[in-house]
Amino acid sequence: MAESISLNLISGRTIQQGVAMEGGKSKQPYTEACGIIEMDPEDLKRLGIYRNTHVRVTSDYGSVVVKAVEATQGPHPGLAFIPMGVWANAVVNPNTYGVGMPTFKGTPIQVSPAANEPVLSSIELVQMLVKE
Amino acid sequence: MAKTVTDVTCPFCGSLCDDIEVQVSDDGTKVLEVFNACAIGAAKFLHTAAKDRVTRPRMRQEDGSYKEVSYDEAIEYTAHMFVNSKKPLMYGWSNTNCEAQSVGHEIAEATGGIVDNTATVCHGPSLIAIQDVGIPSCTLGEIKNRADVVLFWGCNPAHAHPRHLSKYSIFPRGFFTGKGHKGRKMIVVDPRNTDTMKLADVPLQLEQGRDYELLSAFRVAIRGEELPEKVAGIPREKIYEAVEVMKNGRFGVIFFGMGVTQSLGKNHNIDNAIMVTKDMNEYTKFAIIAMRGHYNVTGSGQVMGWQWGFPFATDLSRGFARYNPGETTSNDLLRRREVDAIMVFASDPGSHFPISSVREIAKIPSVAVVPDINPTTEISKLHVPVAVNAIETGGCCYRMDNVPIDARKVVEPPEGMLTDLEFLTRVRDRIAELKAQAPAGVRASAEAVGA
Amino acid sequence: MAEYLIRNGFVFDPVSGVNGDRKDIAVKDGKIVESVSPSAKVFDAAGKTVMAGAVEIHAHIAGPKVNEGRNYRPEDKLFNAASGVGGMRTTGGFSIPTTFKTGYNYAKMGYTTAIEAAMPPLYARHVHEEIRDTPIIDEGALPVFGNNWFVLEYLKNRELENTAAYISWLLRASKGYGVKVVNPGGTEAWGWGLNCLTVNDPVPYFDITPAQIVRGLIEANEYLGLPHSMHIHANNLGNPGNYTTTLDTFRLAEGFKANNRFGREQTMHHTHVQFHSYGGDTWGNFESKSDEIIDYVNTHPNLTIDTGNVTLDETTTMTADGPFEHHLTELNHLKWANVDVELETAAGIVPYVYSPDIKVCAIQWAIGLELGLLAKDPMRCFITTDHPNAGPFTRYPRIIKWLMSKEAREERLNTFKHAEKVIGATLLHGIDREITFYELAQMTRAGPAKALGLKDVYGGLAPGMEADIAVYDINPESPFTPDQLEEAFSAAALVIKTGLPVVENGVVINNGNKRTLWVDAKVNENPQVMRDVEEKFLKYYSVTLNNYEVQGHHYIPNPYAIQVDATQ
Repeated sequence: MAESISLNLISGRTIQQGVAMEGGKSKQPYTEACGIIEMDPEDLKRLGIYRNTHVRVTSDYGSVVVKAVEATQGPHPGLAFIPMGVWANAVVNPNTYGVGMPTFKGTPIQVSPAANEPVLSSIELVQMLVKE
Repeated sequence: MAKTVTDVTCPFCGSLCDDIEVQVSDDGTKVLEVFNACAIGAAKFLHTAAKDRVTRPRMRQEDGSYKEVSYDEAIEYTAHMFVNSKKPLMYGWSNTNCEAQSVGHEIAEATGGIVDNTATVCHGPSLIAIQDVGIPSCTLGEIKNRADVVLFWGCNPAHAHPRHLSKYSIFPRGFFTGKGHKGRKMIVVDPRNTDTMKLADVPLQLEQGRDYELLSAFRVAIRGEELPEKVAGIPREKIYEAVEVMKNGRFGVIFFGMGVTQSLGKNHNIDNAIMVTKDMNEYTKFAIIAMRGHYNVTGSGQVMGWQWGFPFATDLSRGFARYNPGETTSNDLLRRREVDAIMVFASDPGSHFPISSVREIAKIPSVAVVPDINPTTEISKLHVPVAVNAIETGGCCYRMDNVPIDARKVVEPPEGMLTDLEFLTRVRDRIAELKAQAPAGVRASAEAVGA
Repeated sequence: MAEYLIRNGFVFDPVSGVNGDRKDIAVKDGKIVESVSPSAKVFDAAGKTVMAGAVEIHAHIAGPKVNEGRNYRPEDKLFNAASGVGGMRTTGGFSIPTTFKTGYNYAKMGYTTAIEAAMPPLYARHVHEEIRDTPIIDEGALPVFGNNWFVLEYLKNRELENTAAYISWLLRASKGYGVKVVNPGGTEAWGWGLNCLTVNDPVPYFDITPAQIVRGLIEANEYLGLPHSMHIHANNLGNPGNYTTTLDTFRLAEGFKANNRFGREQTMHHTHVQFHSYGGDTWGNFESKSDEIIDYVNTHPNLTIDTGNVTLDETTTMTADGPFEHHLTELNHLKWANVDVELETAAGIVPYVYSPDIKVCAIQWAIGLELGLLAKDPMRCFITTDHPNAGPFTRYPRIIKWLMSKEAREERLNTFKHAEKVIGATLLHGIDREITFYELAQMTRAGPAKALGLKDVYGGLAPGMEADIAVYDINPESPFTPDQLEEAFSAAALVIKTGLPVVENGVVINNGNKRTLWVDAKVNENPQVMRDVEEKFLKYYSVTLNNYEVQGHHYIPNPYAIQVDATQ
């Protein structure tokens, strides 16, 4: 059990993200589909948390609270996945290194338990973050 | 009695399926049922029936709340925003038709705008790679009719292009592929054991971000040269096995996605994937296709191409078309605070740009022209809701293999709602009026800048 | 509509047989007329050359491969992008200019009609979207048939009527102008990475030869009575020694008679013949065989050709001859793009630098000019660059200079790095002929218009024809230098398109009212072909049949449909 663990973050599409997005990004199912981090069971164990608990994800570029779920497309120990959306983009490496494309895949993150912190909706989250 | 519209195109992903059937209410206003579509496509069609949809423009007030305004007011605000801006960014364009893209380009020429499409966070690196090394490719029907080796690299069609496997690439029986998936070998490369990889004959779960190394190893193996024991976490035997499968095919194809474009290396990863394809043509027939995300992001690149010569990130601020990814790309412009206004059109950077770029959007005059509420509309000064393209209005769209299909209108938009093409056309005409009214001195200096 | 009078120019019009006489040309309601009222606007053309608007018979200017060329070559826009002035659009590009620049550049040179040379039917919408955005010039597009599965199957079974019915259906579905054939059979073979290099190489699986495809399509073309003939790019393009394949291809047209109501006399148009007139068997002993080729053309009035002149520029090659482009990228190692199109065709793109320092390039340059100079009948030999393959169309004025001035081409020939070897491998040095203004009008106006079945519409200045007129600032009766010729043909003093002034003093002043040409050929109902079409779409195409046909206001806002009735 650790206070926080280091993982490598990638983001991308899931079919749940797609369906929920087309259903409306201001709706609760969208938060449920995207306000998550998919972690390998081994990493959940290392962090000492149960599935479906909230965690705080922090990188050099920001911080966000999401729900930790067990990876459905694993195993991938050491790798974490947040579906594309505001939650992932709160922490991804925005540098394009001169080609226009932010580095959406391969951001080093720290994950720590945050059981009592809420997962915000996409709208709440973006409105809060742009004020920072 | 409901009526059914057939041969409908699906406005979700770049597969641009055109065999959707939609049952609509008798009065032609509601989508009742959707057939043949994937879960995401069906959700998009059915969402047009949502009762709580916003149908009139909304302007952000000082206290952060939004107040309904008329389309006329929205057009006025948008036209003035463009006229007063020295360097407006016009971002998005992938969830609309080519007609609207074309009118947007007229506005960019008139106001010195920068037009960038969602490829900038999707297949932009692929477009750069194609400029470096070309692209041997083919249409999706060629895959269906000929391909017996299919390689998915850094893409997960089971989630992102749900009907791709059944309609084009793995399962269909074509002219020379009568056995369907039984006659096809499937290779999947990904850092996760994705739902696509679970179907593969040769799964290769590589270390994240090591695509360039693994692609190089493929090129070495194709030439029959020695490999180190492991590359990118993959034992060399597996690499030789994959290459053997590829060489034994009569017609092979590589599909690739964000796994390669968004990982470090970016365009160079694609360079190498294309060179693998070119090398393979020494031994058999091989093609490579980018798994384009939005249903008409390809169309935006095409219209920009024939009107300006570049597939994305085109800067008209000097009066003529310039292209320099890294400089004229949206995220670089926003992060460097180089634009003084933004129109977001048919897309959602609020969700899909890194937060540092989104903060800049929130600071400058901004208009979001999208059908419904999303994180972009809720940080923009003005939200202009419009009819949903390819459902509530038709128009030309380009599939991921650049095949153009004319989308059908399925239902009427909510009463009084404009299409994005109508909105944009009125903004264009209003800008022309405002420019003509400008005092002569102002106009002359503006033209000098433009010239 | 306004009236115009172009007064007192030196008129060259093969259609009415006028050879440099000082004449007035009157325009009313978009047509050439005998006379106009005194209120007509007068353009003084004294001391200037007056011709009909020129007709481009073969150029790749719109569609998927042209656009791929634009998008994958940002370097082609370096130092030539310009903003739009006075209502004109932004422009850019050299060998593959944007659509706006394409229209403007043609108009500037006095070209008012053009044919896009290869339209993949599945991509017809794209071709038409670009045509729509190409201002001023009237444009049609030739769909490709020579590797189409329907055609291969019908011709294998010698089903003429079905072939014709399918052509009629596809012309309507794609809004196409005529029957184009590119590397017959070879491009289908390319689906498996193979090729057909002679007219007798069997096509894999389909069990048919290029010769059968070509003869079958000529027969079907004449059965329908289309305005244009079968238009071919033969097998074995670009290879040393390929002139024999070209002669074999020419011979396939023997025995057919032109059948149409448009005054067209040829049954085969062979395009960019320069690329098909090579002797030798390696790049080392590569040489011109233009004499053998042109001897055949001169003695066979059932043939027309265009030249495909190499302009000695850096350009972007693109063709539906997929295997050729792969061959080319293996030679020059520049970036290769390829698209194979299901059931229909393929295309490839590779940049190419025609360097005057490379012997082969200089020989190619000479061959193109030899064809133009050795052709006895300028009504059957047209100037093209197979734009952008042998060079951009904007070099027409330079080619005109070389054709009209022995001095100019000798200067070029003698300053090649390998001048002696080039002279040894070609005939050009021994040719004294200089093309006259009248012959030029035949090669660029009256000739191509007639070959396209448009002799009563374009390419001439007879009353009743379209008022497409170009006035050049060159006096044919005064001495001029070769460079003055090039300059005059680069920027016309005046261009009128369908009665509307679009260029004045070399500057484009109007976006015109461009039209899209297509051929609506009616045949008797053919249930078998319709059944075959439905079956192929159900089983093998990746789009539905109902989403295939190009229609509607968006794609062809201003159509010019030519009616053909083959129901009898």
